[in-house]
Amino acid sequence: MNRLDALRGTTPQKPHDARAIAALAANPGCSRRALMDGAGIDKDAAARHLGFPAPFGQSPFAITRGNAFEALVKADGCAELLRMLRDLLGLPIAEVAYHDVENVGAHLRHTHTRTLIDRAVRQEDAGTVYDHPLFTLDIAGHTAYLEPDVVAFQLGGRFHIVEIKSFAVIDGQADPAAVAAAARQAAVYVLALRGLLAELGHDPLRVSHEVVLVCPENFANRPVATLVDVRRELAVLRRQLTRMTTLDRLLDGLPDDLTFDLLPGEDGLPTRPVAELADAVRGAAARYAPDCLSTCDLCFFCRDEARQEGASDLLGRHVRDELGGVASVGEVLGLADGTRDAAAGQEEIARLLRNAERLRRECLT
Amino acid sequence: MSLLTSLARLRALDEGIAQPIATVRHCHVSARPMVFIPLKLSGEAAAPLAAMLGTDRDEPRLLVVPQPRNRDLRFAWAAELAGVLVPYIETFLASTETVARKNADPYERAVDAPQLVLPNRAGVAFTRLLGRSTRFRSLDGPYPVPMGVPLLGRWLTYFAERAAYPGSSLTLCATDELGRHWASGQSALEDANLAALVSWITEGPNDDAEDPLIWPPAGPATDPGFDAEVLAPAIESESAERVTEALRTQLAPTWRLMWRALDLLRGLREGAGVAQRWEQDRASFSGMAAQVTEGGPPQARRDGAIAAAARLARMERAQAAYDVQRAYDDPLIMAEYRLTGEAFAGEVVENDPDNTEGEGRSRKLRPLVVIKTDDPVRLAPGTALGTPERRGQGAQLVSARDGLVTIKITKGMGRAKTPAPGSVPEVGERVCYTSLTDDFQGSPALPDPEATPWTHGGPPQTYVPTDEDAQEEWS
Ligand code: SF4
Repeated sequence: MNRLDALRGTTPQKPHDARAIAALAANPGCSRRALMDGAGIDKDAAARHLGFPAPFGQSPFAITRGNAFEALVKADGCAELLRMLRDLLGLPIAEVAYHDVENVGAHLRHTHTRTLIDRAVRQEDAGTVYDHPLFTLDIAGHTAYLEPDVVAFQLGGRFHIVEIKSFAVIDGQADPAAVAAAARQAAVYVLALRGLLAELGHDPLRVSHEVVLVCPENFANRPVATLVDVRRELAVLRRQLTRMTTLDRLLDGLPDDLTFDLLPGEDGLPTRPVAELADAVRGAAARYAPDCLSTCDLCFFCRDEARQEGASDLLGRHVRDELGGVASVGEVLGLADGTRDAAAGQEEIARLLRNAERLRRECLT
Repeated sequence: MSLLTSLARLRALDEGIAQPIATVRHCHVSARPMVFIPLKLSGEAAAPLAAMLGTDRDEPRLLVVPQPRNRDLRFAWAAELAGVLVPYIETFLASTETVARKNADPYERAVDAPQLVLPNRAGVAFTRLLGRSTRFRSLDGPYPVPMGVPLLGRWLTYFAERAAYPGSSLTLCATDELGRHWASGQSALEDANLAALVSWITEGPNDDAEDPLIWPPAGPATDPGFDAEVLAPAIESESAERVTEALRTQLAPTWRLMWRALDLLRGLREGAGVAQRWEQDRASFSGMAAQVTEGGPPQARRDGAIAAAARLARMERAQAAYDVQRAYDDPLIMAEYRLTGEAFAGEVVENDPDNTEGEGRSRKLRPLVVIKTDDPVRLAPGTALGTPERRGQGAQLVSARDGLVTIKITKGMGRAKTPAPGSVPEVGERVCYTSLTDDFQGSPALPDPEATPWTHGGPPQTYVPTDEDAQEEWS
């Protein structure tokens, strides 16, 4: 059995969607996350079983609103979307065809997507919009299935990924965090489609690095389309995916019998003793940062661990940088109090800390 | 964040209680603040759900949109909100003082001004959007809205803009203000949770603050679990009362926290520069009120190129002045500059109050003072210095070596042959000198808006709201 499969054990593999893949790049320095994602562990289930459920939930209102907006954009064979794409990309009016890949039935979708895309590249004559295509992406030796919102194909021979999001663009501005998340996710689709073209023997660069982001404008439901350059997100993602295919180095450092197996019972619920699972998870080194709180299901578990270790990581990377990279709270305070001698290379930060401590005392008494 | 603050955060973590990072309060706290906690419907840009607000901690007003997707109810809510906020704002216009100005006509300045207190930055951002979605509406024409709504929009826009202005206290963001005065033992990201931050300051860390069942989020987003299990069924039931009571459970805990936060801030002695900055706030507020009275147009959707550049320059100057004032007002903030060598403090060990320079008519009084300090001074001879102990004084660094700094006083000793009593520090006195000074270059030379070059879009058109603005959907 392959080592990653052993890490997962009897737990069914959690399929990666684009959101999960985009999140892979969130904390690239974390081995724990790389290993668990590489093995396809359901981190959400693991966190819940460990007693540290992830703080992520989605409001039914947000879901309803998202679905309603997507339905509006795609109504009547994507009529509204086509109108916007024509303006934005210069698609000639009469020539745009619409293909809903979903109509062929789920099991055939990926093959069908391949065939359609292949034909589109060869013929180069028809502007086509593909709805519900199914792409694949190789993640650490496992195939992840991805469903972009739609893919547009322009006459000029370039594909554009379209992302439909329900956050609003108000007077030309949107929430930067939401735009960044959408860009990261769209980059996953760009990469997948490029992979598909390469596999088919076509030029992968026919997939544009400019994706089309469709959002409601101002306070109405009226959609507006914008081009977003995702080159930077593509680079980050590629780096992280490469890193995940070379997990061997991380695996080599693990004890042979280490497994993240949740031992699901007949009802699918984990039966593994919690303490045992916690030990196993701790067996893979984490690199906690406060950003984990918005990106990783294991965040509360890892934060708890960082607290127990008294790690300055808890306060954020810039605090740690400010402290000259000294990792433990006790060490920093010891250097500041003068109860601890500076190790080699720490002289400068120790001097600063002692001064800072002196000043704080002077001002507060 | 500075090393001093980082150290304070570590200390907080170690001791299990937040640590002070200021010795005085740097914001104005009104005697009659308007606490305002808005909630919005999840997934929507600016669909209001409710607000709890008021100036009396024992009498919060709760305004609710019982069917958040209904446009008419939304505007009715905005009208109710206007009915509370606008009269509150207008009470401050009754009493004014006449202020003389150099090269300009005197003007009337309100003797006190309103203060809006919001829980967090997201609340401020939502206030801006509420302002944006209401200020262009029209009371008549094809899409009339209730009285007060467009005016409310202009004021909300104004308060949201002032929130971004360094040193302004017209709009306080509770988490930001607390975070300016205390360092918790958690990350800045976690400090955005008001319940968690207040807990760090008052009793220590408490994970309950992150449990939405114990401490519902301080808005404007509601807890997704609450949305699914309580709010959705309540809205479904079409019982306005049920929706109202459900939202009250989400807002009441934050309401208490907000007043607790104000108590904490009030507990600090006010910094010396606060009154002066509040005076600028009062002037700004009076200017805005005058614009409204004179029938000026609502704030544009976006600034023109020159207005944007001018605004940026104003904000940068305000930020620099605010930083210097806080350092002068607060030894703990000055300590940051002492750490980096831009300021030093210590005891006077020697002085020569009658020292002079030059001969004959150009002979000048230049008292010398020698200060013994433990601070790492990184200032070159000749650097101009100021001191918090004697605000009008000017000095110059003569030399600094081996923990002894010699300075000469150049300004603020009076006009007599010998220095005015008290103007030269005595031997044994503790003093602090710094290269930070409050005099900044005047505003950059920007062309008048009418002369905006075509590269920057040409002269801006005055923004006149159209019927299209007035009927803009709000869904
Ligand atoms: S929460 Fe833990 S596992 Fe996830 S990225 Fe952060 S440190 Fe790694």
